[in-house]
Amino acid sequence: MTRPLLEARDVRVSFEIRHPSDLPWTPPALLHAVNGISFRLERGQTLGIVGESGCGKSTLARALIRMLPATGSVIWEDGTDLFTLSPRQMLRYRAEMQVIFQDPLASLDPRMTVGEIIAEPLRTHRPRMGATERREKVRAVMERVGLLPNQINRYPHEFSGGQCQRIGIARALVVEPKLLICDEPVSALDVSIQAQVIGLLEELRRDLGLTILFIAHDLSVVKHLSDEVMVLYLGRMMEKAPSSALFSDPRHPYTQALLSAVPIPDPQIERTKRVIALDGELPSPMHPPSGCVFRTRCPRATGLCASPPPEECTSDARHHTLCHFPGPAAELIG
Amino acid sequence: MVIDSQKMQSLAAATAREDIAGRSLWADARRRFLRNKAALFGLLLLVFVVFFALFGNSLARWSNDEIDFAVMGQAAELGGPSLETGHYFGTDDLGRDLFARTVQGTQISLAVGIIGSAIAVVVGTLWGATAGYFGGRIDNLMMRTVDILLAIPYMFVLILLLVMYGRSITMLFAGVGLISWLEMSRIVRGQTLSLKNRDYIEAARAIGVPARTIIRRHILPNLIGVVTVFATLLVPNMILTESFISFLGLGVQEPMTSLGALISEGSGTIAYGTLWQLAFPLLFFVTTLFGFFFVGDGLRDALDPKDR
Repeated sequence: MTRPLLEARDVRVSFEIRHPSDLPWTPPALLHAVNGISFRLERGQTLGIVGESGCGKSTLARALIRMLPATGSVIWEDGTDLFTLSPRQMLRYRAEMQVIFQDPLASLDPRMTVGEIIAEPLRTHRPRMGATERREKVRAVMERVGLLPNQINRYPHEFSGGQCQRIGIARALVVEPKLLICDEPVSALDVSIQAQVIGLLEELRRDLGLTILFIAHDLSVVKHLSDEVMVLYLGRMMEKAPSSALFSDPRHPYTQALLSAVPIPDPQIERTKRVIALDGELPSPMHPPSGCVFRTRCPRATGLCASPPPEECTSDARHHTLCHFPGPAAELIG
Repeated sequence: MVIDSQKMQSLAAATAREDIAGRSLWADARRRFLRNKAALFGLLLLVFVVFFALFGNSLARWSNDEIDFAVMGQAAELGGPSLETGHYFGTDDLGRDLFARTVQGTQISLAVGIIGSAIAVVVGTLWGATAGYFGGRIDNLMMRTVDILLAIPYMFVLILLLVMYGRSITMLFAGVGLISWLEMSRIVRGQTLSLKNRDYIEAARAIGVPARTIIRRHILPNLIGVVTVFATLLVPNMILTESFISFLGLGVQEPMTSLGALISEGSGTIAYGTLWQLAFPLLFFVTTLFGFFFVGDGLRDALDPKDR
């Protein structure tokens, strides 16, 4: 059996929270931003990660590329655990995994030309490459993402949001990575531009055989692009399933609530459809509910949900749900 | 359709053209600076003062340590500014040419200001950027050192140094340089803290760019605006410090002089009707300060247009 490109096992990220009034020897409170996430990312596959703000999506992505201290393990396809590497050893793997950021303009250095920005990964990971060759490569990748190569000497503030995101994509692709981590790459863009950027990502994935970890809070975008989708809530996985199964047959009440909130561009259906409104606010991640973290807002919660945390239950080989009472949505509505 | 295909052709031609030059933030700042009248006036004053310091000696008929025995002792009657005697700015009590002495004093004052400010820029920027970027314990250690040094009354230390090691230009430069970088490092650290959390720094870290390169390639270029403004405003402060030291009689040694020393001498003899001995050095002193302050203000407006 071949290894997956990347396998995350029980990844946890916690932050120490100190109050100014705390004495220096008081142990700091722990905030578990990401709590035991595991997944496998096969070569050429796209995994979508969804969840509301503050559920740990971006934290998970930052932990995977070792921008944050995390525990657990992340196994690369050659069998190395990325979390055990020194920063110097990690450098080789950084070339294999590149990130696209949420805010297209803010992620580009305003004092650098587009050419310099896109060339930065090359200068870091291919230090022996000559200046002419580097420039040729930058031009080629600019053309690949739909930018005019003769704009190589322009500055980021001279481009629109969509073009800036293309520059970000070009910078990620210039070192030919295997894994592309997209941290909400389209949420800061207009809808029409979103479609273009998603289209570009799809095209690149097909042509270059990229593996993509796609983080978003927009379900329709994720549905369009992902092979598999993972739903997070308060740093924990709620449900993970192939995209088609998750959207047609969601089994976790949280996923069902999320899906019912997606607007449908048809007033007739929109008027008659039932929205599962969740009660209450997102609990503080400092004091998560006991047992199942979702129970405080879950329409199906019973006394059982408060004590032991639910086991992962698997309805078929690839559909995992973390719930005591998984079931189809109809049952809930009816 | 015909028109459309023509349009397509011209578009294709346009895209095939050579590289378009981008307009950098620097070019924008330069345009804003050149439109600022007060700043341009300040720049003009500075250019005038610098030319005076560099080439004034070739106009002077006397050197700065030559004594004109004809006017010695009768400076009030014979030592006034005049073209015939060659003392354009008059003489001092000893009969030394004030024009040559003002040129020389301006040289020293500018040198002290610029060198003090240059030390501040190099040391202060590196110190502040390192402390700000790495944060945590390193930051604490480095910035507490700055706090301790700032708590020492520097004028007192400077005077002690000059008294202990004798009056010399090197000592003066060292003393001024020693204190000038402290404020700078604080400002740079603050700016670095806010830059550190920008997305493009995060992007560089994700790419795997080493910390030192991030400071050099991303932090420093984005600091230059603040640093330039602060450095231009620091130059007049350095000149003022030097003048104060010279006014106390501890600055450069005779026959060398500085604007501060000349002003001090001039103010001492004002009662004897030799106003020119105060007026000319003071004029150049004030012009230099005005020039630097106007240029500094202009740079600030040009470099962060959002703050206006």
